[in-house]
Amino acid sequence: MLGFFARRLLYLVPVLLAVSLLTFLIASLLPGDLAYTILGDQATPEKVAALRHDMGLDQPIWWRYLSWLGHVLQGDFGRSFRTGQTVLQAVAERLPVSLELMLLAQLGALAIGIPLAIACAVRSGSAFDRFMTGSAFSMLSVPAFLSAILLIYLFAVELRWLPATGYVPFHEDPIGNLRSFLLPALTLALGEWPVLMRVLRSDMIATLQEDYIAMARAKGLKPSRILLVHALKPSSLTLVTVTGINIGRLIGGTVIVESIFALPGIGRLLLSAIFTRDLIILQGVVLIVALGYVLINFIVDMLYAVLDPRIRHGHA
Amino acid sequence: MTEPALLSVEGVSVDLPTPRGNLRAVDQVDLSIGAGRTLGIVGESGCGKTMLSRAILQLLPKKAKLSGRVMFDGQDLVHLEPERLRKLRGRSLAVVFQDPMTSLNPVLTIGTQLIETLQEHLELDGQAARMRSVELLAAVGIPAPEQRLMQYPHQLSGGMRQRVAIAIALSCEPKLLIADEPTTALDVTIQAQILDLLAREQRRRHMAMIIITHDLGVVAGRTDEVAVMYAGRVVERAPTPDLFKKMHMPYTEALLAAIPKIDARPHTPLPAISGRPPDPTRPTTGCSFAPRCRYAWAQCHGEKPRLEEAGSPGHQFACFRPINTAAGVPA
Repeated sequence: MLGFFARRLLYLVPVLLAVSLLTFLIASLLPGDLAYTILGDQATPEKVAALRHDMGLDQPIWWRYLSWLGHVLQGDFGRSFRTGQTVLQAVAERLPVSLELMLLAQLGALAIGIPLAIACAVRSGSAFDRFMTGSAFSMLSVPAFLSAILLIYLFAVELRWLPATGYVPFHEDPIGNLRSFLLPALTLALGEWPVLMRVLRSDMIATLQEDYIAMARAKGLKPSRILLVHALKPSSLTLVTVTGINIGRLIGGTVIVESIFALPGIGRLLLSAIFTRDLIILQGVVLIVALGYVLINFIVDMLYAVLDPRIRHGHA
Repeated sequence: MTEPALLSVEGVSVDLPTPRGNLRAVDQVDLSIGAGRTLGIVGESGCGKTMLSRAILQLLPKKAKLSGRVMFDGQDLVHLEPERLRKLRGRSLAVVFQDPMTSLNPVLTIGTQLIETLQEHLELDGQAARMRSVELLAAVGIPAPEQRLMQYPHQLSGGMRQRVAIAIALSCEPKLLIADEPTTALDVTIQAQILDLLAREQRRRHMAMIIITHDLGVVAGRTDEVAVMYAGRVVERAPTPDLFKKMHMPYTEALLAAIPKIDARPHTPLPAISGRPPDPTRPTTGCSFAPRCRYAWAQCHGEKPRLEEAGSPGHQFACFRPINTAAGVPA
C-alpha cells in the first residue's frame, strides 16, 4: 500500500511541471503588453521600457518561466499590481468560500444521487426506474442560472425561508453562514445528482448480475447488507471518479453561481482578474486551482485502491 | 424410501422469455433426496441442470417463470415469504457455485465473507465467529487459516477459493448442500481433491448433497442416486450402482461413451454425440433425443416417452427403445 502510494506520488511530479508550464504559457500568450496594462495607454515608451526591464519582460520566455517557477517553488506566486495583495492572500481569502460551497454541493448531490441510484438499480426497468432516469435526464438539461432563479423565487421570495444573496462569514454567524450557502449549494447539487445517479445506477445494475451477489443471496444475508456492502462498494469506482472531477472543477469556483448569489469565492476572483487584466493574479490562481485538481485526482486514485484491493495489489 | 424426503422437486418447470420466444429451460422435473443422501444430476451444457439448481434455491433470473413445487423440510420454497426463505438460505440450504473466480466478492476479505454468514444465522459474537471461521478454513484444508481471513479472493488460487466457498457453504451446518459443477472451473489435478473434500465433509456432517456435473465419472463413486437430464427433462434416474450396471436410456450410454478412456489405444476417435441438443424455444413432439439417437424409430419422433419405472425398483427412464448396457462394456 505504501509503495503504491509513493509510486503514485512520484507520477505527480511531471504532471505538476506540465501544469505549471501550461499555466504560464496561457498567461504570457494572452494579447496585450502587461507594462501598458499597468501604466495605461498614455505611458511614454521610456517608462514602459523601464517597467518591462524591472518586471523581466524583456527576458526570453523560457528564462521568465524558470524564474517564475523558482519563485513559485518558494511559495511566492506574485503580487497583484492593482491591489498590492499577494496571490496567496487573495486565494486564502476566497478559497474557503468556494471549498464550503463545493463541499455542501457534493454532499447534497451524493445524498440525492446514491439512494435514488440504488432504488432504480434494484427495480431496473420498472416504471419507477424509467421515471427517475427520465427526470434525471431532464434535470441535467436545466442550466444552473435557471434553477438558481427558480430556487431563489421559491425559497427566498415566496416562502422567505432563506436569504436570496449575500455571504455571512462562518466565524461571525455559523447558522447564518450555512443559510447563505444552502441555495447556491442546492443549485449546484441539482445539476450534479443526475450524473452521479446515472453512473452509479448502471454500474450497480451490472454488479447485481454478478455471481457473488447470487452467492450473497444464497448465504441468506439481509437485502440491505447485500446492497450496501456487497453491491455498492464494487459499483462505486465510476461514482468516485465523477465526484472527484466535480470537486476539482468546483475548487475553481463556479463563476455563475457565485455571481448570482454574491458569494466572494475563487470564481469571482478569477472573473475580476480577467476583467481588470490582472495577469499575475490570474496566473497564480489558475495554477493553484490546477494544483488542487491534480491533488483531488491523486486522492481519487488512492480511493480506488481503498475500494478495490485488486488495484492495491497490482492485479487489475 | 419410507421417510419423507428432505427435498422434493415436484413438477418443476422454468420458462425464460427470450427475443426468439419462450425458452423452456426445465420441463416438468420431479426429483427427491432424503436426509444425508447424495444425488447426482448429470447432463451436457444447456440441459437445464444449473437452472434447476437455481430454481431449487429460488435464485432464478428476475424474468424467469417457475411453476411446480419445491418442498424442502416441509415447506414450499416457491411460495415462502422472502424473510423466511432468507433464514433458510445459508442456514439449512447452502450452495457452492461453479466458478470460484466470480462467486466470492472481490472487494471483501475472506474473513468478512465467512463471518457475515455465521453472524447472520448463528448467534455468535465477533470473537466466536472468527474462531469458527479459522476452524472451518482449516477443515477444508486451507493452510495458515488465521492469515487467510485478512486476505482478498484474488490473493488465493482457484482451488483455494473453491475451498473457501465450501467453507462458507458448510459454515452453518446445512441440511442440504447443492454443489453446482464445483470442479468444472478448476485444474484437473485439483478436481479430485475438491470432490473428495465434499464427500468427506458430507459424511462427517450427515448432510444431503446434490452434485451437478456434466461428467458421469464424477458421480460414479460419490452418489447414491443419479438423474440424467437432457433438454430440460430428467430422462433416466436410478440408484447409482443400478445405473452403471444397466443403463436403459441411449443418451446415458452416449454420455458415458463420450468420456475419454485412459486404456484406449492412442488415436482412438472419441465417440462424441453427433448433432446438437434441440432448440429449447421450439418444443418437439417426440423424444427430444430422437434426432441424435441411433436407436430411434418412428414412435420416438411422434410421441414423447414418459419417465416410468421399469426393470429394477427405483430405476426410471423415458425411452421407447431402452438398451441394456453395463458400464465398461463397449457399446
